[in-house]
Amino acid sequence: MINRLKILLLIGLFFVTFCVNTVFAEEILKLATTTSTYETGLLDYVFPAFEKKYNVKIHIISVGTGKAIKLGENGDVDVLLVHSPEVEEGFIREGYGLNRKTIMSNNFIIIGPKDDPACVRDLKNVKNALKNIARTQSIFVSRGDDSGTHNKEKFLWSKAGIVPQGEWYLESGQGMTQTLVIADEKNAYCLTDRATYLFNRDRLRLVKLLEEDNDLENPYSVIAVNPHKHSHIKYKLSMKFIEWITSSYCLRKIENYKKNGTTLFVPFRTVLNIKIL
Amino acid sequence: MNYIIDGLKEALKIIFTMDKEFISIVGVSLRTSFIAILLAGIFGIPLGTWVGIGKFRGRGFMATILNTLVSLPTVVVGLTFYSLLSRRGPLGELGILFTPAAMIIGQFVLALPLVAAFSMGGVRNLGDRPFIAARLLGAGTLRSSILFFKEARFIVMTSMIAGFGRVFSEVGVSMMLGGNIRFYTRNITTSIALESSRGAFSLGIALGIILLMIAFVINLTLYYFQSK
Repeated sequence: MINRLKILLLIGLFFVTFCVNTVFAEEILKLATTTSTYETGLLDYVFPAFEKKYNVKIHIISVGTGKAIKLGENGDVDVLLVHSPEVEEGFIREGYGLNRKTIMSNNFIIIGPKDDPACVRDLKNVKNALKNIARTQSIFVSRGDDSGTHNKEKFLWSKAGIVPQGEWYLESGQGMTQTLVIADEKNAYCLTDRATYLFNRDRLRLVKLLEEDNDLENPYSVIAVNPHKHSHIKYKLSMKFIEWITSSYCLRKIENYKKNGTTLFVPFRTVLNIKIL
Repeated sequence: MNYIIDGLKEALKIIFTMDKEFISIVGVSLRTSFIAILLAGIFGIPLGTWVGIGKFRGRGFMATILNTLVSLPTVVVGLTFYSLLSRRGPLGELGILFTPAAMIIGQFVLALPLVAAFSMGGVRNLGDRPFIAARLLGAGTLRSSILFFKEARFIVMTSMIAGFGRVFSEVGVSMMLGGNIRFYTRNITTSIALESSRGAFSLGIALGIILLMIAFVINLTLYYFQSK
């Protein structure tokens, strides 16, 4: 009996010492972002340099843009990296956000089955593509989660004058990668951001069908949460972060993040340069 | 078929090289679940004992409530505490949303009814005789209680381990309250969820193996105490 108690005590002691070492010395910056930037590994590639330079730990909370914006409104995070321009503008107008900077683009594309039953491949604009998909009742998988991509999709459907519903229209309610996997299993059409598609292309059968249309632009912005709304927000630190991420050093780093030799997120400075040339 | 085997090979490599990320993930899981279950034991066992052998009106009703709460969905606990702990919520001042502390609170609430219900069932079988016998032999209330729990030690162990199993393998609370932050609140289950959505299997499999192994070790310990 005594021996057993001793063993129990030892186990207990071991766990207590093991539990105590959770104190962090560094300052913490909380960032809410979208699934596309996180699941493609971009942030894990770019952020360590910032963390090292300023002795900061960035806590990344990866959710859809809708939820990320909500986290900002509630003051649960210090800074946002999101991609839904209209929602972002509302966020700023209502005084929740400051210092919005658009840093990179990751255009949307429409992917679908190789045999392309809705004949999307030969089209030049999204409106007609969506009309074809709806008319032929080809299966289409939507995010259905109020993310930036989902907002874009809803906007595109309304522009095409279609209310998507029926057995062919599936809402996954999940992140982009998972939605791509579902679309692939169902051999369906899907609106996705280019980076997430390229990152997962090796394991997908679906092919890129349509990409060049102004309606498919997808800019990403950083926004600092307004400290006047929530006094605990680390505004100085998030401004430092925004300054850093818009620096040419960081933009070059973003450009260098490649999968199979292709840049996933195109930083804005180069985009502008190309346009000027 | 190949990718499953590759995933398995990679998984073993991750385990045997003690990959830094892997260690952090397992550590977060063990730490939060262990503290949560410790707290659940401290509150749940006396609560269960009280409902089990106490003599008061409404005992049956209390027992039913406890048994109902055992099947409390993790996402409901997650959502409730999310709204409480958010900066806009009533407990927002604490600023602990997306920290291990928030995970511990959620897991504690999950485990509490389970631990209480298990010990309630156990002490009911034991009855209050050990306690009364100790009193009759001249022991004080505290000493009698200690003697009682010595007698009931197997029940205590079983309920703690049942509770541990629940919090160690849940994903809803950890995801919603912890936020799945790398090297901070990412635990075994949230990591598996992330890896599967990323389509990377190896780390997920490695973590699954560890999850099973830890469950096995715990049950082995239980068996050891039981057979003595």
